[in-house]
Amino acid sequence: MQPAGTFNMAYRQDMAIIRTRFQWVAFIGFLVFFFTVIPLGVSEGMLSLINTIGIVIIAVLGLNILIGYCGQISIGHAAFVAVGAYTAGILTHHFGWSAWATLPFSILVASLIGLIFGLPALRVKGFYLAMTTLAAQVMIIWFIAHGEHFGIPTGGSYGLSVARPTLPIGNMVITLPWQVGDTYRVFDSVINKEWEFFYLIMVFVVIAVFLAKNLSRTRIGRAFIAIRDNDLAAEVLGINLGYYKLLAFFIACAFAGLAGWLNVYYFASAFTEHYPLMNSIWWVGILIVGGLGSTMGAIYGAVFILLLDYGAAVLAPMIGNVFPAVGNQILAASTVILKGLVIALFIVFEPRGINHRWEIIKSYYRLMPFSY
Amino acid sequence: MEELLRYITQGISLGLIYGLVALGFVLVYKSSRILNFAVGEFLLIGAYVTWTARVVWHLPVVLCFVVALIAAIILGLVIERIAIRPLIGQPILGVIMMTIALMVILRGGVLLAWGAIAKTYEPRLFPATPIYIGDLIIRQEYVWGLVVAVVMLILFTYFFRFTKAGLAMRATSEDHQLARGTGIRVKTVFSQSWIICAVVAGIAGIILASMTNVTIDLATVGLKSVAVVLVGGLESVPGAIIAGLIIGVAEALAAGYIDPWVGGGIAEVFAFGIAMVSLLIWPWGLFGLRRIERI
Repeated sequence: MQPAGTFNMAYRQDMAIIRTRFQWVAFIGFLVFFFTVIPLGVSEGMLSLINTIGIVIIAVLGLNILIGYCGQISIGHAAFVAVGAYTAGILTHHFGWSAWATLPFSILVASLIGLIFGLPALRVKGFYLAMTTLAAQVMIIWFIAHGEHFGIPTGGSYGLSVARPTLPIGNMVITLPWQVGDTYRVFDSVINKEWEFFYLIMVFVVIAVFLAKNLSRTRIGRAFIAIRDNDLAAEVLGINLGYYKLLAFFIACAFAGLAGWLNVYYFASAFTEHYPLMNSIWWVGILIVGGLGSTMGAIYGAVFILLLDYGAAVLAPMIGNVFPAVGNQILAASTVILKGLVIALFIVFEPRGINHRWEIIKSYYRLMPFSY
Repeated sequence: MEELLRYITQGISLGLIYGLVALGFVLVYKSSRILNFAVGEFLLIGAYVTWTARVVWHLPVVLCFVVALIAAIILGLVIERIAIRPLIGQPILGVIMMTIALMVILRGGVLLAWGAIAKTYEPRLFPATPIYIGDLIIRQEYVWGLVVAVVMLILFTYFFRFTKAGLAMRATSEDHQLARGTGIRVKTVFSQSWIICAVVAGIAGIILASMTNVTIDLATVGLKSVAVVLVGGLESVPGAIIAGLIIGVAEALAAGYIDPWVGGGIAEVFAFGIAMVSLLIWPWGLFGLRRIERI
C-alpha cells in the first residue's frame, strides 16, 4: 500500500522491489551491518543458529514456490534436500571432487529426482499429491539408507564424511589488527569456522531470496499463481498445466539441492538422520506460520520457528535444573508439542501468517492519518 | 510353502489393523471431507489408555475396553470441537497441516504421559493359548483382530446404508449446504464422525498393541493406513478393509522375500510404494468415487 501522495509514474516504479530512496539506504545499511557486524561480533553458538536458519530459509524458499505459489502440496522436501546433500557427499567423499564442482550436480540431481516424484502431480492433486510426496520422502530416505545394496555408495547408516570446501587462494592467512591472538577469527583457505560458513551460506541466501522474489513476478510465477487459485481455469487460460507443475517441482527441488549442498559441507558429513520426515513437516509449518505465497513470509517463518526451537533448547536445561523431577524426555516432548501448538494456533487465528500481520502494520503506519 | 502361509497369516492380521485404522480415516473423510493424519495417534491413545486401565488399575478386560472407549469418545469430541471446527471452509493445506500438528501434539502428549519405554499388557488382554487350524498355529489376538474387523465392516456398511445417522453422514459428505437445508445438524454429524474415528482407531490400537508392545512406534501405522486409504479409495468402507488386507499381505511377503536382497526394512516403505503405483494407475483408488471437476 502506497502512502498518501506517493504515486507510481512508470511501470518500472510499480514493479520495483525496493521503491524509495529511504528503502535503498535502509536495505544497503542492513546488508552492510549484516555482513560485517554479525559474523565478527556474534558468538559462535549464535552464528551456528543463524547458519542453520540460513540453510532452512533456502530450502523453505523452494518449498514456498511449490506450495505457496503453485499450490502443489509437498510433504517430502527434506528428501530432496537429502538428494542434493548425498550427491555432493558422494562426489566429494568417493571421487575427491572440490565443493565448487559438485554444486551444479547437487542442484541438477535434486531437481531431476524432484521432477520424477513430481510426475504424479500430472494426474492427482491436493491430498493425493501430499501423499505421493510423503511416499517420496519415505522411499528416498530408505533408498539412500540402503544405497549400498543398489550399487550407490551412500555409506548406509554409517553415513559419509565429507571434506570441507576450500578457497583457491593458497594458504593465505590474514590477521586483522583487532584479531591478534584470536585464532577463531583468523582467515585461511579452508571454510570450516562458523563465521566463514556464515559468509558462504548468506551469499547463497541473498541470491536465493532474490531469485525467488523475482520468480513470482515473471510469467512463470504468474502461471504458478493461476494454477494455485484454480488449475482448471488456468488451463482454460492457456497455461500448460503439466509443464508448469513439473517446472514448479523442478525449481523447488533446485533450491532443495542447494540447501542440501550447503548442509553437507556445513556438517562435513552426510547422514539420513539429518533429513527426517519431521523436517519436511516442520518446513510446511514454517510456511504456514510465515505466510504462504510470500518470499518474506518464508524468511519470517523460518526465523520464528527456529528461534522457538532454540529458545526451547536453551530453556529446557534450565527447567530441568529447577525441577529435577521433570526428565529430559519430557522436555523434548514439550518442545515438539509447543511447535505443533504454535502451528495449529496460526492455522486457526492467522492462516495468512506473520507476513500478513506485518503488511497490515506497514499499511497502518504508511496511511497513518487516513487509515481505513 | 509353510513359510508362505506364515507370511500370509501375518500379513492378514497386520492388514486387518491397517484396514481398521483406514476405516477410521475414511469415516471422517466421508462425513466432513477432512483428512485425518492424526489417526495413528488415536490408535496410540487407545493402546496406552488400555494399558493404564489393565496394568496400573488392574481392571478386568471388559472394563478396560469400556475405559478406552470413553477415552476415545472424549478425545474425538474435544479434537473436533477445538481444532477442526474452526477450519470449516479453509483451504485443504490448512486442514492437512492442522491434523499433522495434532499428530505431533498428541504424540508428544503420549510421550509426556507415559514415557518412551515400551510396555506390555501384563496381565494379558487375550488368553495366551493359541488356536490350531490344521498345521497353522494362530495367536488369539489375530483371531480377535479378524473378528473385530469383520464386525466393524458389517456394522458400518449397515450404518451407512440403513440408519438415519449414517444417511445423514452421507448426505453431509455430498454437500454441507444442502444437508443443512434438509434439517441435518452438520456440526453434530462432524463430531459423531470424529468420535467413531477415534473409537475405531482405538480398538485397532488395542489389538495391535496386544500383538506386539505398547510403544510410541505404533503410530507409524497411522501414516501407512493413509497409504491404504489411497489404494482403497477415499470414500469406500469395504475398500479400506480390502486395501488394508492387500497392503498387509504384500508387506509381509516383501519383508519375507525381498528383505534379504536389500538389507532389510522394506516393510517400512513398501506400503507407500504400492500407494504411489496405485495412484498412477487408479487415481481414485480401487473403490473410490470418480469425481468430475468443474470450474
